[in-house]
Amino acid sequence: MWVQLEVFLQTLISGVLLGGLYALIGLGMTLILGVMKIINLTHGQLMMVAMYVAYWLFTLFHIDPYVSLLIAPPLLFLLGMFLQKTLINPVLRVESILPHNQVILTVGIGMVLQNLATIFFTSDYKSTPVDYATDAWYLSDYWKDAPFELSLSYPWTVSFLLAVGITTALWFFLAKTDTGKSIRATAQDRDAAALMGVNVGLMRVITFGLGSALVAAAGCLFIPIYYLFPSLGSQFTLIAFVITILGGLGSTMGAILGGLILGVFESMTATYVGMGWAPVGRFAIFVAALVFLPGGVASLLKRKAVTK
Amino acid sequence: MALLTVDKVSMFFGGLAALSNISFSVEQGEILALIGPNGAGKTTLFNVVNGFYKPSRGEVRFKDRTVSGLKPHQICRLGVARTFQVVKPLQRMSVLDNVIASAFLRSRTKAGAERRALEILEFTGLMEDRAMISKGLPLGKRKRLEIARALATEPELILLDESFAGLNPAELDVSIEIIKGIKKKGVTIMIIEHHMKVIMSISDRIVVLNYGQKIAEGTPAEISANPLVVEAYLGEAEGA
Amino acid sequence: MKRFAPLIVLAAMAVLPLLGLSSYVMHLLILVIMWSVSGMAWNLLGGYTGQVSFGHAAFFGLGAYCAGLASFHLNLSAWYGFPLSIPFVAATALVMGLIVLRLRGPYFVLATLALGEIMRITAENLTDLTQGNLGIMIQRTWVEKTGYYYVILGVAALTFWVVKLLAESRWGYYFVAIREDQDAAESLGINTTLYKTIALTVSAVITGFSGAFYMNYMGYIDPQVVFSLGDISILTIMVVMVGGVATYWGPVVGAVIMVLLAEVIRSLPYVGTAYQTLFGVLLIVIIIYLPNGLVGDRQTLARLFKKKGAAV
Repeated sequence: MWVQLEVFLQTLISGVLLGGLYALIGLGMTLILGVMKIINLTHGQLMMVAMYVAYWLFTLFHIDPYVSLLIAPPLLFLLGMFLQKTLINPVLRVESILPHNQVILTVGIGMVLQNLATIFFTSDYKSTPVDYATDAWYLSDYWKDAPFELSLSYPWTVSFLLAVGITTALWFFLAKTDTGKSIRATAQDRDAAALMGVNVGLMRVITFGLGSALVAAAGCLFIPIYYLFPSLGSQFTLIAFVITILGGLGSTMGAILGGLILGVFESMTATYVGMGWAPVGRFAIFVAALVFLPGGVASLLKRKAVTK
Repeated sequence: MALLTVDKVSMFFGGLAALSNISFSVEQGEILALIGPNGAGKTTLFNVVNGFYKPSRGEVRFKDRTVSGLKPHQICRLGVARTFQVVKPLQRMSVLDNVIASAFLRSRTKAGAERRALEILEFTGLMEDRAMISKGLPLGKRKRLEIARALATEPELILLDESFAGLNPAELDVSIEIIKGIKKKGVTIMIIEHHMKVIMSISDRIVVLNYGQKIAEGTPAEISANPLVVEAYLGEAEGA
Repeated sequence: MKRFAPLIVLAAMAVLPLLGLSSYVMHLLILVIMWSVSGMAWNLLGGYTGQVSFGHAAFFGLGAYCAGLASFHLNLSAWYGFPLSIPFVAATALVMGLIVLRLRGPYFVLATLALGEIMRITAENLTDLTQGNLGIMIQRTWVEKTGYYYVILGVAALTFWVVKLLAESRWGYYFVAIREDQDAAESLGINTTLYKTIALTVSAVITGFSGAFYMNYMGYIDPQVVFSLGDISILTIMVVMVGGVATYWGPVVGAVIMVLLAEVIRSLPYVGTAYQTLFGVLLIVIIIYLPNGLVGDRQTLARLFKKKGAAV
């Protein structure tokens, strides 16, 4: 019985830690989707770029990935703004039969980023072997007679806590600062925002930059615990989508909850069903959310608020 | 004979009542205007009649048959056509093709649909523009195209949503003539409009909505003398 | 003259193999034609009806596996994959339709993407049925390419004809009406759910044929290849968007460009490894300057060339 509890709790802990990181990935995309209604299929590739930045900073200059949080996100912020201004905005203005050109555009951008990474960095798996990679806190260290063992991996936990910190900072930014409020206004009603003096064009550029910076931060937090290779972008793009849909398009709170739910769900699936089926679980949740809860978790939250 | 009956219809979105207990009928052959300040619920009511929303309470009956709960295309088949406030024709297709697309509802063959479409274009004064790509039409003609598309489905009741908004005086006259022509053909019309002069001149009866409730119903003369109606409109102007 | 263009092209294509082309060139032509089929099928649902599916690999792969498994499990010729795929692909399309056709915009895109990926993962994991990542290998019917060429040319001709017939019929008008404004179409008596389902099912079945052909021609498939998001689903979309959505020739032109350009770039010295980058850049340029594809925006394209001519 204790063994089952231990397995369950450990799986839950892994899930929550993973979920925190996932939330950060999802936040970037949900912001972009909410403000600009753009499906960004290059989200994962941007994360990949950030991870390479962190990798080289570590390998060449021995800069810890957590310190890279101060370097990579700002760089990706600039890259994001550049992409939005030079490539994505022009496409949005153009009149075409199908409005999905922008999605294909992001696919094109993703292809270029991924291929450039392969050319410059080869497709070898890379990692940042930090000293504390295998460190962990053990329950038995603190509770001598514990009936089961639980471990909190050091890098996982630090990454999680930093993710929480960044998410909180983002929340304050969106809720309290003028720019943040302008971004939210643009997401709710672009025309009304413009009429109230919000520079909508600038907000979009900033938002894409912000979304890129967030996913870059997630990259820095991931690299101590994961491998890096050029094509890892696509799976993270997919994860970002699942979280966005699960949480509700454009909802920050939803993305956070969506990330946590997905993290726990994947962890549970991996433990109890089997590693191979975990991606299916991811997609099954995705489709289920689309069909049964199209507004995502956010719509549940709204419903509760209204009935109050 | 009442062609359309709206019977104690209410529409709730979340906690908000967009329509409360609306009841009225549309008589066969008449032009009934639906007026009220912005946000009063007029388009919502159209959406309920047309089938886009199922009323939270009450029902809608067309020719004594309950239609609330049917899908829009089924309601159209039964004889109710509708235009939209924001006109969106098949932009990359010609005016003629636009009307043919609707005419297919009653004609199985392309030849039959085309014949019907040409008749309607003649009727709405768009015959000369029939080969023009609808994207290039000026607003007045686009609104007429919208009406033409609805007419092609051979309705008994046609719901016009702000067909006169944004038209200049010349276009206005043309459209008014078309509406009168539709009435002469025996088609019943329910129209949402803000253009008071137009409403007063062509409507047989008027229903006034405010904040989702029916506040008045009667002939144009009765309505213009009704203090509640005056207040509803003036009140909005003062508040603005 | 213009009316006979398709027949002329078909006749020209039919005599090409008699010119004694190399096996490599024949291979490229076969690929071009196969991608035209996939493109035309997708165009019916995406270009004409406006439902942009990012999961057509589901149907391609299913068609391929119908052919492969017919051989592997039932010891039939893989060509039976063609008729066999019809019920399976149609059923899958109907089920998918129930789930996704009610969704709009980005939701639809993402749902189809997810369903495509679910098919892939399912194929990878149902190893008893599909052999998982080991894939399916069959005995190819011919060694020479000519036979395959004529089969796929036939399929392409049929597809072109079917798409044209549908586009000019009542259904075609309904598809476009749905694309332009679904609510207005519904209000004008068009049963949008029904017609979207029809478009999806026809599009799926033809894509399935493309997949069945692939199995027969290549002789080997596995889930990563035939259910691939990037190499099948997205490539199909690119073929149509580059060539021209909602046009008859768009997918054909797009297939020519995507296949030939990919091969040409891949075989250039030095530049070879960067072919995806160049491809990506090309895609970006076309999306920005010719958003309706080469055929769709051919007037813009003509103007660009005229300007250059005048300057010279």
